[in-house]
Amino acid sequence: MDKLINDFSFGLFFWQILLFVGLLLLLRKFAWKPILEAVNNREEGIKNALESAEEARKEMQNLQADNERILNEARAERDGMLKEARQLKENMITDAKSEAQAEADKIVAQAQATIESEKKAAIADLKSQVAGLSVEIAEKVVRKELADKDKQLELVESMLGDVTLN
Amino acid sequence: MHRNLGTEILRVMQNRTVVKVLLIFTLAFATSNLFAKESKKEGNEGEGDLKTEIKEFIDHHLQDSHDFTLFSDKEANTHYGLPLPVILWDNGLKVFSSSRFHHGETVAEVDGNYYKLYHSKIYKTDASGTINYDEEHHATNTKPLDFSITKNVVSILLIGLLMFFMFSRLAKSYKKNNGIPTGVGRFLEPLVLFVRDEIAIPNIGEKNYKRYMSFLLTVFFFIWLLNLLGMTPLAVNVTGNIAVTFALALITFLITNLTANKNYWGHIFWMPGVPTFMKVVLAPIELLGVFIKPFSLMIRLYANMTAGHVVIMSIIGMMFLFKSWIGSPLSFGLSFALSILELLVAALQAYIFTMLSALYFGMATEEAHH
Repeated sequence: MDKLINDFSFGLFFWQILLFVGLLLLLRKFAWKPILEAVNNREEGIKNALESAEEARKEMQNLQADNERILNEARAERDGMLKEARQLKENMITDAKSEAQAEADKIVAQAQATIESEKKAAIADLKSQVAGLSVEIAEKVVRKELADKDKQLELVESMLGDVTLN
Repeated sequence: MHRNLGTEILRVMQNRTVVKVLLIFTLAFATSNLFAKESKKEGNEGEGDLKTEIKEFIDHHLQDSHDFTLFSDKEANTHYGLPLPVILWDNGLKVFSSSRFHHGETVAEVDGNYYKLYHSKIYKTDASGTINYDEEHHATNTKPLDFSITKNVVSILLIGLLMFFMFSRLAKSYKKNNGIPTGVGRFLEPLVLFVRDEIAIPNIGEKNYKRYMSFLLTVFFFIWLLNLLGMTPLAVNVTGNIAVTFALALITFLITNLTANKNYWGHIFWMPGVPTFMKVVLAPIELLGVFIKPFSLMIRLYANMTAGHVVIMSIIGMMFLFKSWIGSPLSFGLSFALSILELLVAALQAYIFTMLSALYFGMATEEAHH
């Protein structure tokens, strides 16, 4: 201890304090602050870059998932549309078929009705013509028959005979 | 973290390096005592003179010096090196070159006053340079206030300039190269980050570490580079000088106590969570701890570096004593191995000083948690 105190040099202590504090202040201004700032900035930069890369990766994943989803949706939509179209086609065909059937039926029915009425008209016409012809024939027959008196009486008698038979 | 004197002492004890260096220190003392005894025994023989010479040489090298002697030729009595300016405060400022002392051989006359260099210290003497002694062979002459630019001051200046040059260049290289260091900065940046990530943040915490970074970085590189400079053949012993370690520890002490929060003082004067009687007992112990912490920093660095210099120079000195084909290469190998160990110690001591400073700052700014 005695040696330590004896060795102690106040001058050296003074210079050490002065130079060290001076060095400390100078280095703080010109070295430590810029160095630590630069290192900090770089580390921040690296951290940010890593984070943004991670974010980009996630975004990419999201995008891919989105794409996948959209693709699936589109596929489903297409399938739906195709199905719908097929349905529509079938419906249309069925509809057309049934409509055509109905139309045909209608036409047939109309035709049948026309035929029926034509037939009726023809029959009626035929009937009236037959009736006319019959009357004419009858007239002619009657006229010829009635040309002689006996014949007229005979007729009347047969007619009457018929009536009574009836 | 519960802190008191006991844990502090335990930490010092656990610090294996300190124990190891203390061992070496003890060994060195033992051998030096042995040398001393032997030199007394064979005082008149040449070998004894050599031992004394080696001892004096080591003593001289451990001390600060007023001139930068690179080597000297004892027989021709010439010294090769640089004289340094001497600055004295003795009823006015006196500045002159240390060459006027002629390495303590002559008296320097400045403005009618006479000064003499004696055992690396400047004393005021009469014209013939008489040094008066007391019973214990201590000089009793008055010592003027000595602000000389000594060898250690020059080393501090050199290291300061080197640090400023290195780290301002590193700072500039960031600007030039878009945030990536170039050249020597690639070596320096991991060291700066080491201080930040391994010393400052774990001991002080994310919240407060930034305000201490300047000091921690400066003190780490300052001690490390000065330790390394001491390993060069220049053999300056700056970090093994008590005035330097005292100044460094004082700055740690001031920063710790000036930035301390309420919680820190609370733990010193009124320890929470213990009975009132214990609070009264603990307060003086804790208060003592406030001073012992930086004191241990001062002694640890001083002792480690001084011990390292003593051991290495002693073993180098042994080469000249053995003068045999077995002993000398052996001590050469030993000193080589120890030099490598000292390189490690140089970094380790810088680390320990910085780490413990950071630990004390951490204690001073720790928030209360109950």
